[in-house]
This record gives sequence, structure tokens and C-alpha cells, in this order.
Amino acid sequence: MRLACPCCGERSLDEFTFLGDASVTRPDPSADDAAGAFHAYAYLRRNAAGPSDELWFHNTGCHAWLVVTRDTRTHEILGVRLAQDVALARTGNRKDVRETSA
Amino acid sequence: MSRGTSYRLANGGAIDRSRPLSFSFDGHDYTGFAGDTLASALLANGVRLVARSFKYHRPRGILSAGSEEPNALVELRAGARREPNTRATTAELYDGLDALSQNRWPSLAFDILAVNSLASPIFVAGFYYKTFMWPAAFWEKLYEPMIRRAAGLGRAADAPDPDTYEKVTAFCDVLVVGGGPAGLTAARAAARSGARVVLADESFALGGRLLAERRTIDQMSGVEWCSSMTNELAAYDNVRLLPRTTVFGAYDSGTYGAVERVSDHVAVPPDGTPRQRLWRIVAKRTIVTAGATERPIVFGNNDRPGVMLAGAVRTYINRFGVAPGRRTVVFANNDDGCATIADLAAAGIDVAALVDTRSATPRHIADLAARLGVRAINGVITDVEGRHGVKRARIRTTDGASLVVDCDLVAVSGGWNPNIQMTTHLNGKPRWNDAISAFTPGDLPKGMSVAGAAAGEFSLTACLAQGTRAGAAAAAATGFDAEPIDVPTTGDEHVAISAFWHVEGSRHKALVDFQNDVTAADVALAEREGFRSVEHLKRYTTLGMATDQGRTANVNALAILAKLTGKSIPETGMTTARPPFTPVALGAFAGHHRGHDFKPSRLPPSYDWTREQGGILVETGLWMRPAYFPRAGERDWLDTVKREVETVRRKVGICDVSTLGKIDVQGPDSIALIERLYMNGMTTLKVGRARYGVMLREDGMVMDDGTVARLGEHHYFITTTTANAAKVYQHMQLARQWLWPELDVELASATEQWAQYAVAGPRSRDLLSSIVDPVFDIRDATFPYLAAAELTCCGGVKARLYRLSFSGELAYEIAVPARYGDALWRRLVDDAHALGGCAYGSEALGVMRIEKGHVSGPELNGTTTPSDIGLGSMASKKKDYIGRVLGGRLGLTDAERPTLVGFKPLDRAKRLRAGAHFIARNAEATAANDEGYMTSAAFSPSLGHWIGLGLLRRGPQRLGEVVRAFDPLRNEDNLVEVVSPVFIDPEGARLRA
Repeated sequence: MRLACPCCGERSLDEFTFLGDASVTRPDPSADDAAGAFHAYAYLRRNAAGPSDELWFHNTGCHAWLVVTRDTRTHEILGVRLAQDVALARTGNRKDVRETSA
Repeated sequence: MSRGTSYRLANGGAIDRSRPLSFSFDGHDYTGFAGDTLASALLANGVRLVARSFKYHRPRGILSAGSEEPNALVELRAGARREPNTRATTAELYDGLDALSQNRWPSLAFDILAVNSLASPIFVAGFYYKTFMWPAAFWEKLYEPMIRRAAGLGRAADAPDPDTYEKVTAFCDVLVVGGGPAGLTAARAAARSGARVVLADESFALGGRLLAERRTIDQMSGVEWCSSMTNELAAYDNVRLLPRTTVFGAYDSGTYGAVERVSDHVAVPPDGTPRQRLWRIVAKRTIVTAGATERPIVFGNNDRPGVMLAGAVRTYINRFGVAPGRRTVVFANNDDGCATIADLAAAGIDVAALVDTRSATPRHIADLAARLGVRAINGVITDVEGRHGVKRARIRTTDGASLVVDCDLVAVSGGWNPNIQMTTHLNGKPRWNDAISAFTPGDLPKGMSVAGAAAGEFSLTACLAQGTRAGAAAAAATGFDAEPIDVPTTGDEHVAISAFWHVEGSRHKALVDFQNDVTAADVALAEREGFRSVEHLKRYTTLGMATDQGRTANVNALAILAKLTGKSIPETGMTTARPPFTPVALGAFAGHHRGHDFKPSRLPPSYDWTREQGGILVETGLWMRPAYFPRAGERDWLDTVKREVETVRRKVGICDVSTLGKIDVQGPDSIALIERLYMNGMTTLKVGRARYGVMLREDGMVMDDGTVARLGEHHYFITTTTANAAKVYQHMQLARQWLWPELDVELASATEQWAQYAVAGPRSRDLLSSIVDPVFDIRDATFPYLAAAELTCCGGVKARLYRLSFSGELAYEIAVPARYGDALWRRLVDDAHALGGCAYGSEALGVMRIEKGHVSGPELNGTTTPSDIGLGSMASKKKDYIGRVLGGRLGLTDAERPTLVGFKPLDRAKRLRAGAHFIARNAEATAANDEGYMTSAAFSPSLGHWIGLGLLRRGPQRLGEVVRAFDPLRNEDNLVEVVSPVFIDPEGARLRA
């Protein structure tokens, strides 16, 4: 499998480290239901059969965390974005998400 | 069959008769020619019995002329280079080749274990499962050894492989898998457009079936056409030809695995040349032109030497100039019989009969048979006779008559299966094609196309046209304009087939899977016992699970099963083919990553000095860390470690701690990030000070510990444990980029940029005062415990000094840029010696941290909370940090949890060992009474006996109690006293000295 890193271009899988589901976000630790929300954040995963957003680290490259959209049925890579951009866009801080499509 | 009788035809074949090669098989010497395979050379010498089968030890000959060969597996080469299960049909002959038959005793012709055939009820389908039903002791002591002795193939070499292997990655626009007529035309069309082309083929010569047939293309013979195509392709800069290379697997994103047999065709690889090379080929487009594999027809004794696929018969005649027999019966369900009798007749080999399963022989075949004087029979071969080689064939005609025909060769063709494996490796489902009675490719992976016989197009005209089209289309898809190419022209041919699989009614074994000895009766038995799905059939009978992946077996088995279940073949389905297409040596996958080079080694700055001193190294992850430095007169490691510990505690010692992870943190939001990563407060950390810190995982468990030094207003320098350096760095990057992307902070790993040494012991300040440049004051008053500074040493060398202690003594860590590491270490060693000090390694470091009750890897094992290891009170109540919320869960705050304490053996002479479990003194040693376990143990030179650290239920409340340290693995059971984990200087007076 090959991933197109937005910083480094298309690279082989062995340069990357997989972490997991990128669809979960760290809950507000001060909220009343923080304990339950953190439990879901740490342990509950959708494990979807189909396009999934995943966190990958470009370990032997630029050290960027990436949000990789992968079809778990076919391993087709539908897109790779910088995790920082995705996170900023989510909080409304920035809209110009740098992206490469596979 | 007598040896020495030549079966070499007087002329013909793509062999070089001017280059004879000598070789040996089972100790007998023979001669072949350059261009032969081991199989063709054996046949030329009249050797037909070459192997014994897997379970029944049935005599076997050569069935095919390619990589699908299930029978003719031999041990090639000897000694450390011995290679079992090598297919004689693909092994290229070289001078001095040495091969042995396998799986026979005492000899190939007389194999005692052929009695397995008589005991065959034991070995029928599912025998593994059935024998497991018997008492376990029988299985271990009797059946398994017996089966292992009886069933099996060759012997692996029992010495390390002396050859080298290498791995390489290639990128191309168009990868062509297979160099037959379709592959050659595809490669040419793509190459002419300028696209980067890789063409790989299993054989040492390009051309595929064209090398084995008598065909004419563009007024050239097939062989001439192949060499003209090869020459043209070889002349292009944008084409890489890979003969002797098998593409064995299709992987994601257009990646293909291939193995090149660089030196398999010579006795010993030339210097500097690998034996094999593993290719990872990344292709924008791939054209599969892998051809097709002929399948046998299932009949009685159809595995006898002398029964050969008709296509292979033509290969041996046309490509190798060998007569595979003297008198032939051809048995076919398709028009290929026509070419077979023509080629046999042209080679002067007797054709006793053409047996066609079809009720009416097509006119063109009947005419040819008449012209050649071949008796054409509509019917089937029911059995052949002749144990070590075919002597006669029993034939049943369509109208019910029986006849017996003397022959020594049966050329059989049950039709051709397209080689669709590459199209199914990524989950593609093949489709049944009634017209050719075979599976053809279904949905293809992105970027892949199929052409020629692999696509089910068996006529040469179609192969040439499809290949040309596919090559041009693939090039165009990658942005290269292909100029139109005239499709090469060739004569007409007939490819009709009428499905026929199995001649029923023989009382002899009728083999379906030759390599795994699965018979038609086994398939029927599996069906009767309820294993009716193909996947069940495969696993129950082991059909298709041998090294040939059942390439000559699977479709025949499906057809037999389909008939038994009354379903169609497409309804019955097809098992999934997975890589590798043909066996690939593990050595090729390993490449240069063998032995010590399996992973790279990281060398700390004191490495060279350590080697010079004869110091002992220990692998810690990738690091080669100095473990201890033995001196003359010391009896064992314990002597040395004792001396090193005592020297540190009394004088001074130096230890290379460069392997600790080091991360530089800069930016206005540095402290905000650090506060969220560490559970203890860091905001109050002043510039010029360092602090111990503990990081948790989000689930509340301890992840790592280390130090944070504040070097400037917005500049922090973090150390991690050696083992977790990479993990912590990734975790911090995740926090910065993903969890809190708005923070203005940057991280850089600096582990390898700084050489860092611990200087520990009462004389450490004296030692450092001669190292640190005099303008810097390091007296206790100005540079107290937990101070940190950027300064210079040794006359202006940039350095960092931290007053940190892992040993519990007055201690420092001094860091210099890595390029000064070796020099500073040597200087420190010399100055330490002058003060009565010494270098110490990771063993002494470990002993001293246990004496001091400091946690390390064995305690930070991923299952401990801060409270478990006595650090609960460090957790800040004033902030949020990773792990805080889930760390507050009920189970993690349970007061009953095993908690860190120290242990002393009641009998001070006893040795303690990590891993022992704690049991109350009078309780029974059961899992239910388990109260925790010893995490670390060491001999304490300071106390003069063994001590331990461990996690004991309510440990801190049980000081003074005596418990059992029970270790069933080592058969030890010691009484130990529960004590404080801090064995030395509990007030910390020494480190503040």
C-alpha cells in the first residue's frame, strides 16, 4: 500500500505508523459526563466496512500526523490530509486544508 | 527404463548442442545441454521415475514443463545450499548440477514406505482430523512421528545459507506479467510510446508457449519472432526485461512482488552477486499476460511416470529436442490433440492412438489423423498399467468396446486454465466461462488489465491482437501516446473444447491433486461426509494446499464435486488464490536483514571505547548499550557489577545515558503542551531547573517517566526512557498536531544530537570541576540538586549540565554535541580513574536504581497506575492532563490494587528473581491467592544480599509482614519480608550533598 503524504509525496507503507480511528475527538474533560465520554473516546470504535478516516504518522518522513481516508474493504486510499489542518478546520480555526488525493 | 539410452532428438529445440553440461541425479552422472531444464535433461537421458509422492509414496515422473509441476520435486544442490522441493521443470541446467530425489527410502525405485498405499484407509481425506480423535498419547507418541516420517517432502538445509539475497524497489508506468506472445506485444506497444516498462517472465528465455509450439508469425518461426521481439525490447532505455523472474503477488496501490533468480542457474553465485533478488514493483498500470496452465484428465493411475500433459510433451519435443517417450497415446477433450499428434509425428515418435472424449472428432483432426496414420478413437482412457512407467493404456470407446494399447507415453489434455492468480490476490472473483470450460478474470483491481491466454483467449492471433491493444491502452492511460502498431499475423488454429473431467469406473487410484495425493475417491468421501463447500473440501482433503497451489488440480476437483452435488461449477465456486504464486524462499524476503543485520544497530558515543576495553554490550531495542566493564581477576558479571556499584557509592562513576530519548520543545505555548502531557505540575518550573515528570496514557496507565529541564523562557528539554523514546515523541506530536493544533509550539527529536553521561558518586563534583570550564560555578549553593544549565566544558565546547540522580548519589548528567561524545567520554574516564572512580554500565545502573526504589521498565509495564508505583501523590489536582479522567475510574483507584514495595529474603543467602508471585505466608499457592508479583530483583552490594521491588496488594500497609515469593517456573518458593522500596538513603541526603 502507498500513501500520498501532503508534505513528502507518495511513499511506501513501511514509512508510516498506524494509530487508529480519526473520527473520535477528545471530549471536554470538564464536562459533567466526562467519565462516560472519555470511556467512549478511549475504547469505542465503529470499525466501519467502507471509507474510514484513520490517523497515520509519517515516521520515517516528515513526522506529520495524517488523516488517511481508506476504504477498509479494498484498501483504496481516498485522500490524505494533514491531521493538524483537519483538527484546525474542525475547530473553525482554518479552512485551507492541504490535501492530496491518492 | 535403462539409463544412458538417449531420448534426445536428432535435431531441433532451443538448446545449444555445442555446450554439453554434466549433472548428477541420485548419484548417477548424466549429460544435458545449455538451454535444458533439469526435467528435459532427465527425460533426454531416459530418466522417467524422478520422485515419490507425498502420502502414498507412489512413483512419479514429470507431468508438466513449467512452474505448475506437482510431481517432479527434487533436492537441488547439497550441504548448506540444499534446496528441497525444487521443481525439476523450472530448474535451469548448469554444469555440475547435483540433485537428489526426495521422500524415498532406501531408493527411488524401491521405497519401503510405498506400503502406505496399502494402508491408504489411514490417509484418506480428513485423516488428520480423524486421527486426532484417538487418544492424545497415541497421537504424540505413535501417529504423529509415523506420519511425519511417512508424509512430507524434501529436507531443508541444516546449515546457514551461505548466499546473499537482496531487495530492490522499481517504479514503472506499465508492468507486464509474463513474456509470451501477448506479453511481448503488450510490452512493445507500451515501450514504443516511451512509457517505462518492466517485463517479467518466469523462464530464462522470453516467448512463453511460442518456444514450445511450431508456429509462424510474420513469416518468422515462433522462436525467431521471440528473439527479434526480445532484441527490440532490450534496445529501449525505457524497458527493463526481467527473465528468470516470477511476479508472485499483487498488493495494494499497484504494488507487485517479484522474485528474480539471479544465480540459481549457476552452481555458486559469482562474487558480489546475490542468489536471488526480491523486487517490489510499483506500477501505474499492469498487464497480466501470464498465459494458461493445462489440466490433466482424472483416470486410473493417471499419476504414473509417462503420463504427461500434452502441452508439456510438445514443449519437450519443440523447445528441448527431447522425445518424452517412444510410443504415445494422446488423450484429449479438445482440439489441442491435433497439434500434439502433428508434433509427435514430425519428431518421428510413434502415435499409437488419439483418444478424443468427444463423441465426434472434429473433421480437421480426423483428417490429420488419417493423413498421419494415427488411429482416432472416440472414448476414454480408463487406466494405465506399468508401475514405474506407463506400459499400456486401457481404453473404453464411446460405443462400449474395450481395448488395450501398448505405449510408454500418454499425452493428456483436459483443457487450459487461464493463469488468473494475479487478478484474484486482491479479492477479485473469477468468472466461469463455458466456452473454454475454465475460470476467467472477474472484476480487476484498479490499474490492471489482462490479455491473451490469461484472459481466456487461447488462439495466437487473439493473443497478439489483445497484447498489442492492452499495451497501447496502458501506455495511453499513463500519459503516453502510443502510435498504432500492426498486429503480427499468424495462421488459423482450432481451440474448441468439450468439458470432460473424470473417467469413472477405474479400480485404481485416480489422482486429482498429485502433489498432496488427493484422489477422486477422496473428493467423493469428503462430499459424503458433508464437506460440500469448496472451502471445506479444500481444508478437509488438503486439495490445492501444496506448493503448486493446486494449479493442475483445483478445477478438476470442483468439477467432480459439482457433479456429485448436482450443481454447476460456477455454483460450486472457486477457492481463493493468495500470494505467492510459486514458492518464494524466506531468504529472499529477508534480503540483507539477517542475523545481526536483521535490524539496524544504534551505537552510543562510548561504543568504541567499550569495544576497546572488552566491555560487555547489551541490546536495548536497537541500541548496543555497555552493560558492564569486566576487569582482570573478576570471576563473573556479579563481581564486576558489585565493584562498579561500590565505586559509585564510595567514589565516582560515569555511565553513558545517551540512549535516553531527548526532545526539544520550543515556542510560547511550550508549557501549555507540557502541562497537558505530564500528570504533575510544571508551571512552577523555573529557568535553569529540571523536574522529574510522569506521563500517562489516556486510559490512566503510566506511559513513561523522565525529566523536563527549562533552558529558557520558552525552551524546554525533555528526556524519556530509552525504550519509549519513539513512542513518547509520536505521542507528543499527536498532542501538538491533532489534539491541540492551536498551540504555538514546535518539537524536535534530539536523541542522537546529544551525547549524555551520568557522573555519579560523592566525588562527582570534583570530577566535573576539572571538566566544566572554570567560569561556571557548579558548587552546591549555586548549582543545587535539580539545577540545569547551558555552559561550556573542556575549553569552550558547548555543553549542558543537569544535576539529576538515578543512583541516589550526588550526581550530574553532562551533555555535549554528539560529535564530542567519544572525546568527552575518554576524558571523563581518565579523570575518574585519577579519583579512584570507574565507568559503569547499565547493569550497575539497574542495581542502583533498585537499591534506591526508582521505577523503570519492569514497573512501567503498561498495567500500572501512578498510585501502583507509589507516585500517586505527584498528580496535579489543579489541571487537566492526558489520563486524568480515565485514571479516576473505580478499578484504577481501588485501594486493594497491588502497590510498589521492597522485598528482602528472610534467609539473606537466598536469591530473589523477578517474576515470582506473592502468596500470603500460610496460603496455598493458587491463582486465587495471588497477591502480586516481583517486578525487579538485584544483588545489592550495599546491603550484601538480594533485594527486590514488586507490586503487592496493599503493599505499603504491610511493611514488616512476611510473604511467599512463589515461582513455579523456576521451582522456587522463598519467604520474603515486605519493606520500603527505598533501600538506600531514604532521606535523600546523599543526592543533595
